[in-house]
Amino acid sequence: MTPRAAGRIPITKTPKVYIGGAFVRSESSRTFKISAADGAFFANIPQCTRKDLRNAVEAAAKAGPGWAKRAPYNRAQILYRLAEMLEARSAEIVGSLVRFGAKSQDAAKGTSICVDRLIHYAGWADKYEQLLGSVNPVASRHFSFTVTEPMGVVGVIAPDSPPLLGLLSMVAPVIASGNTVVALASEKFPYPAILLGEMLATSDLPGGVVNILTGLRRELVPTFATHAHLRAIYASAEGDDRRALRLGAAASVKRVRFAAERGMGWFADSAQGLDAIRGFVEFKTTWHPIGS
Amino acid sequence: MPAPKRSPGGTRARLLFGDLWEFDPAPETADPKLKARYDLFIDGKFVRPRSGRHFDSINPANERKLAEIALAGPADVDAAYRAAGRAFGPWAATPGRERGKYLFRIARLLQDRAREFAVAETMDGGKPIRESRDFDVPMAAAHFFYHAGWADKLEYVAPGRTAAPLGVVGQVIPWNFPLLMLAWKLAPALAMGNCVVLKPAETTSITALKLAEILQDAGLPPGVVNFVTGAGETGALVMGHPGAAKVAFTGSTEVGKAIMRQLAGTDRKMTMELGGKAANIVFDDAPIDQAVEGIVDGIFFNQGHVCCAGSRLLVHEPVAEQVISRLKNRIRVLRVGDPLDKNTDLGAINSRAQLATIRRLVASGVREGAVMFQPPCKLPERGFYFPPTLFTNVTLSHRIAREEIFGPVLSILTFRTVDEAIEKANNTPYGLSAGVWTDKGSRILRMSTELKAGVVWANTFNRFDPSSPFGGYKESGFGREGGRQGLLDYATFA
Repeated sequence: MTPRAAGRIPITKTPKVYIGGAFVRSESSRTFKISAADGAFFANIPQCTRKDLRNAVEAAAKAGPGWAKRAPYNRAQILYRLAEMLEARSAEIVGSLVRFGAKSQDAAKGTSICVDRLIHYAGWADKYEQLLGSVNPVASRHFSFTVTEPMGVVGVIAPDSPPLLGLLSMVAPVIASGNTVVALASEKFPYPAILLGEMLATSDLPGGVVNILTGLRRELVPTFATHAHLRAIYASAEGDDRRALRLGAAASVKRVRFAAERGMGWFADSAQGLDAIRGFVEFKTTWHPIGS
Repeated sequence: MPAPKRSPGGTRARLLFGDLWEFDPAPETADPKLKARYDLFIDGKFVRPRSGRHFDSINPANERKLAEIALAGPADVDAAYRAAGRAFGPWAATPGRERGKYLFRIARLLQDRAREFAVAETMDGGKPIRESRDFDVPMAAAHFFYHAGWADKLEYVAPGRTAAPLGVVGQVIPWNFPLLMLAWKLAPALAMGNCVVLKPAETTSITALKLAEILQDAGLPPGVVNFVTGAGETGALVMGHPGAAKVAFTGSTEVGKAIMRQLAGTDRKMTMELGGKAANIVFDDAPIDQAVEGIVDGIFFNQGHVCCAGSRLLVHEPVAEQVISRLKNRIRVLRVGDPLDKNTDLGAINSRAQLATIRRLVASGVREGAVMFQPPCKLPERGFYFPPTLFTNVTLSHRIAREEIFGPVLSILTFRTVDEAIEKANNTPYGLSAGVWTDKGSRILRMSTELKAGVVWANTFNRFDPSSPFGGYKESGFGREGGRQGLLDYATFA
């Protein structure tokens, strides 16, 4: 609980998940308790179900076409705006990381990298196309060109460490190209992701573009794996989770990518860039005859 | 083939080109230089299979045996992977400039023997000689030539990253474009510095093994490329072998999914080029004659054994009657028969099994209430043939509108608005290709944006080029072949 000021009982926040631009509890009304690093009770966190996940996919699917049609310049500005929201609340973010055991130095560094990473991808939004697409010098009298398109709704499964930087580093490249996201926050440290939801809500990002669930991995991974409307999965996962995700993906030929970064690896510049964007776009080639 | 009879009950005489006279046979007679028996190609040499077993490869045009093909078992596949593993270090360390020279040589040697390869391809697979001669073989050579030039320019493939080869790549290819699919798979893998274990389809292994002769002539180091032949079981061994750093598969969505499940417990990289059920969309302002040619090319090219075939025709209601009537006239004069005849438009169906699949799906179309049209045409008595077939009155729920038939069968649906065309075109789990016919530029770009397909042909169909990325959305697979984008799938990045 928040430390008590003299003579006043503080108001504690009810953590809610962010689905379709609204803050909601799990449809099941289930919660799980989390405690601060010192062991004190902190809050009850929504324990989302596969129904919550399906609702989130529906919200993401609804938001998808509109988000994909936004001008890249507009998506860039919205990502930049999100960075502004994070910067303004960075003290609160650092506090939330330290409360659950992060060293204050790492928390401060991680939080500023979160902001910088958002700006990195904001800048990419109107540039990756010229690097990934192409005009193809075909031998016949045709104009042939290749452009990228977003895949659709992408399921993101975030690492436990670092809970916020990992989540943001996975979500940002996916939405920069016009995909929408259903993300599962770290099971161990879900609170920073709940804070992120509050910042998303005030960042001009249309509701439904990013949806953040909290809950237990073992309950939700099977539905992430098999939900046919999730066109791709981007997961920080190991062993049995990887296998389950790949097995489920086979049913609808879903694209699966696993994050290579671990722990402090997320802090490096190499954890960001064009490669992550390329992982969640489709290449489309169009041909047209050239008149003689 | 006798001239089809003109309908006597017609109110006015209609002259159909080719209707009034018979064509003399015009067989291609170049020697395909086939061996009676083909062994496995492992470590630069032809070796007997350890299984000791061979199977027959027949000519689907007349069901005669062409050659015996080795059946590779686990020990053979293992030997191929070991040879490739040994070759990988030196091959990856060979400067790109030198690696590229081998690929250039392969392209040139294939051009030298183009006619021989075309005849072999047609005899083994049943496709018309006109297609193997003018499309499959020259395009295969072009793929080697194009990728050869990349080998020393890999630092330009992915900006900001250093590309490196993955290791040994396992590849399994289908029977519809045996040599061309092999070139699509080999050329980018080798240019990037990978080694390969490849399995051709069991009905069409011959041109791969003939290409092995070219690899020997080109002096390609032993083990860089290995061919193991056999059916599905051999394919599963190639895909599942622990020596593979990556697998690339072209074939049916069903088998692709099985491979994905087979490899779910591994970190193996994958490329999947799977099935399709492409919409070919004709608007009322389209140049109708060109569109009809495009529809015919889209569905009857290679007897419809094409994953990106335009197998669903979506035609705008105002012109539906006109398009369908011209289409019927057009297919009356398609010549079905001996694939080696230079006048043949539709050759033989690749196998008895595939003919049965086509017949089964066509029967389901009739049963479900679609209206079938087949022009009168006499098919050869021996061999596997199926006449060009149109279905009208098709609805989206019919099996012939949903499932890949992989034969010369076109399902025709109509639409009224642009939105309806998009909705119907995208209403499929597949997403490999699509066609659009319209005179309006803005409509072409809108359709191209909205169609969920990896390749969109506007006012053309079935165009391919080594520089042009090809591959699917959704259940048509992932990864691309061709262009800079295709190379990315054969590399790891530091």
